[in-house]
Amino acid sequence: MLQKYEPVIGLEIHAELMTQSKMFCGCRVVDSVEAEPNTAVCPVCLGMPGMLPVVNRRAVDFALLVALALNCEVQSNNIFARKNYFYPDLAKGYQISQYEFPIGLRGYLDITLSDGTIKRIGIRRVHMEEDTGKLTHLSDGSLVDFNRSGVALLEIVSDPDIRSGEEARAYAMRIRQILRYLRVNTGDMEKGVLRIEPNISIRPRGAEAFGTRVELKNLNSFRALADGTDFELDRQAALLDSGGRVIQETRGWHDARRETFSQRSKEEAEDYRYFTDPDLPPLYIDEAWIESARIALPELPQAKEARYRDEFGLSDYEASVLAEDRAVAEWFDAAVAGKGAGASPKTLANWILNDLFRLMNERGRSIDTLPVTPAALVALLGQVEQGTINQTTAREVLAEMMDSGRDPSSIIESRGLAQISDEAALTSIIDTIIAGNPGPVANYLGGKENLLGWFVGQVMRETKGRANPAVVNELLRTRLERERM
Amino acid sequence: MEPTISTLIELRDALRRGELTSVAATQAMLDRIVAIDNTIRSYLTVTDEMALEMAATADRRRAEGEDTPLLGVPVAVKDLLCLAGAPTTAGSKILENFISPYNAHAVDRLIEAGAVILGKTNTDEFAMGSSTESSAFFTTRNPWDTERVPGGSSGGSAAAVAAGLAYGALGTDTGGSVRQPASFCGLVGMRPTYGRISRWGVIAYASSLDQVGPMGQTAADTAALLSVIAGYDPRDSTSLDTPVPDYEAALTGDIRGLRVGVPHEFFIEGIDTEVEAAVRAAIEQIARLGAEIIEISIPHTRYGLPIYYLIASAEAGANLARYDGTRFGERVTGSDVIDTVERTRALFGPEVKRRIMLGSYALSAGYYDQYYGRALKARELIRENFRQAFETVDVIAAPTCPTTAFKIGERVDDPLTMYLNDMLTLPLNLSTGCGLSTPCGFDSKGLPIGLQLIGGPLQEATILNVAHAYEQTQPRRKPELALGDIA
Ligand SMILES: [Zn+2]
Repeated sequence: MLQKYEPVIGLEIHAELMTQSKMFCGCRVVDSVEAEPNTAVCPVCLGMPGMLPVVNRRAVDFALLVALALNCEVQSNNIFARKNYFYPDLAKGYQISQYEFPIGLRGYLDITLSDGTIKRIGIRRVHMEEDTGKLTHLSDGSLVDFNRSGVALLEIVSDPDIRSGEEARAYAMRIRQILRYLRVNTGDMEKGVLRIEPNISIRPRGAEAFGTRVELKNLNSFRALADGTDFELDRQAALLDSGGRVIQETRGWHDARRETFSQRSKEEAEDYRYFTDPDLPPLYIDEAWIESARIALPELPQAKEARYRDEFGLSDYEASVLAEDRAVAEWFDAAVAGKGAGASPKTLANWILNDLFRLMNERGRSIDTLPVTPAALVALLGQVEQGTINQTTAREVLAEMMDSGRDPSSIIESRGLAQISDEAALTSIIDTIIAGNPGPVANYLGGKENLLGWFVGQVMRETKGRANPAVVNELLRTRLERERM
Repeated sequence: MEPTISTLIELRDALRRGELTSVAATQAMLDRIVAIDNTIRSYLTVTDEMALEMAATADRRRAEGEDTPLLGVPVAVKDLLCLAGAPTTAGSKILENFISPYNAHAVDRLIEAGAVILGKTNTDEFAMGSSTESSAFFTTRNPWDTERVPGGSSGGSAAAVAAGLAYGALGTDTGGSVRQPASFCGLVGMRPTYGRISRWGVIAYASSLDQVGPMGQTAADTAALLSVIAGYDPRDSTSLDTPVPDYEAALTGDIRGLRVGVPHEFFIEGIDTEVEAAVRAAIEQIARLGAEIIEISIPHTRYGLPIYYLIASAEAGANLARYDGTRFGERVTGSDVIDTVERTRALFGPEVKRRIMLGSYALSAGYYDQYYGRALKARELIRENFRQAFETVDVIAAPTCPTTAFKIGERVDDPLTMYLNDMLTLPLNLSTGCGLSTPCGFDSKGLPIGLQLIGGPLQEATILNVAHAYEQTQPRRKPELALGDIA
């Protein structure tokens, strides 16, 4: 079907910024689902007469981080504009936004597709604006909640470089990951703090001109984004194939029916009559401000993944899982940095991905509430390395560390888990075993040398698993050879 | 029961000397309002209870040895500035029952300085007008001739002060709305530098042009008010964070060596000959006081009118979009949300609707560059004109208005002639300076004529001092009719 047409997709992503207060007033930002309606409002965000906006510098800091993370050219001269339109949830009758002079222009983001190829998606612009209120329609009227009105919002607009639902999802997931890395957005699509709206059109392959585009709304998951986009591509292709034409409109995604439906036709482009907001002088972002943001910029997920792969020899999968969440990655980084003579990054990664994650799942712990510090894990693996405990015991100790938060050496000591490497003690145990098992000894000496493992098992049973297996092996072999003489 | 004290400074000094109480002065004003404001109609709301409480508080503070710049002085505030707990209507039906929960910054400053707020004065609807005739409630009358308009949009404030119904008042000046009524009513009225006074709590008409301004009987009264209301306010991002001089102390009366520019473009065709003669005489008088008079040119003056109406209307269209009946103010319930909003907005008067339409048109796709965009560029030319002028002169002197007060009803059906009235005041609003109007005599009908003095950015003290120096050479006159009424 899509062999005939080329999909052209651009994404507009609206992300609420996790500032303490709103973009232009002192109201606190509350959870839009949990807070009582209209409890975080003031005359400014209600658009009352004579009220004036004041820019929240923290929101600008956040926007600046995002612009830098998305490789944008940061614009020093930031102008706020009024976007005029009517809707009952828009308190002032205009939205303060950025139009000709946004904070970030001409950036890009590299995404990894399922076949492993890397694709670069252009970022057209990143701009600051304020959120609107929320309208709820009832049978006997409509209710407006202005808690969200004036919350700082970032709009990230991609170039129309996206060609499929899968690419759209990969791009959006990367954006979300970066926003979470920067700690400027929780990424919670269900709560609407992150809203993704693709503009979708198709054109005959080889054609220059763009087709008529459709804007897709109410996508509250990445799956909805991918499926909705693909559905829309198919629908448009089928429409063109049957001699119809795509009309410019806004379509919604019906999650249960897995299909898009028409919401609002946009035959005529809306005229927002943008003009510079006279209440807000130009906001100048100087080099020093940009530099301080650059310093505050954490290592981003792609860079972490590359480092884990290239420097630590982790697989793509291991690298991406460890880098997925900034807190996990930083936990891992701290462990690697503190490893000293202990385990290699690869060993640490294995322990985190297998044992630590399993224990976190079982105990319902997140990385932020983990009682085990990176240093404690390093110390535990150090004990394995030194031969004080073996891997199996180490797993037990880690489980206890999760429960008690105690450090590994005190657990090993109080529970007497240290390995027995003392040759005299082990020799007397071995002597007893050899004396009590003449049959197996004879068989071993008769050539069944793989019985060595059985003898090791016996020693382990006697020592409740604490015997140092390497020492036991060596002692047993020597002792059995002596029987031959 | 005519108050023997007529200026704000005289009253303040009398209160300081303990010659009378604020309660007495306030009660006298309230009585006078009851007696004559049914003729003048300067107040939309008289906050008598609040005023007497404030006066009692002022007297108590005074008894405790306190003194603040306006302690116990009764003043009036244009109904475009919010006063907590009182109606703030902007002269519009759409806000007829709006009780503001907050004070405008300038009102806060007045109250902190101990002033007594007598009430809210009439204004053209959302300050869009030059006569108070576009007020949704009534037209205020000029105390010098009650058949005539007091000017506008701060006509209520001007009439109140001129009729002795307040010792001073605040107005707002977007295109001349303080200076023009001051001129028509024989007062000193100032439009300070944009950003000198916070716009917080001032109902917006055209945000890049709006500025609160004081009005008084004299330059000193005006200076006293300005000293109180000027200053930085972090709630207004366009507020200037620069120190406020002592404007009263700046009134030395010495203007020797001052360079006064006279732009020939301000003596436009159609200017009333009596107005021109009075203004030129005043300039001669200023020369006699030691100032140097220099012919200058503000070549783009004539473009002021279209630039102003495009910019002001565009901003107004956006500023007035919030009056939809959803959150505050009047709501006319219709069949659905859209119908409700449409019915509610039908409460706007014709002048307001005209400017919203003009503004929306000027900003619309395909017309932006031709109208609004061009107006912004042309505004820069006017700014540059003034900037260049102030390289060679300290103050610009010109008429405030081409005519004296016109008759009520005379121009209502002719918006263009009405707009022409602001020809000489609005260039300043487009620039970055400050200006005032001060009385400079009367025409043969006995109507006051205003001399406009324009200064560069933050030169309020300079122009007030010129007004003060000139004022000392002139006889003081009060409107007879108003005084006669309360004999
Ligand atoms: Zn608020």
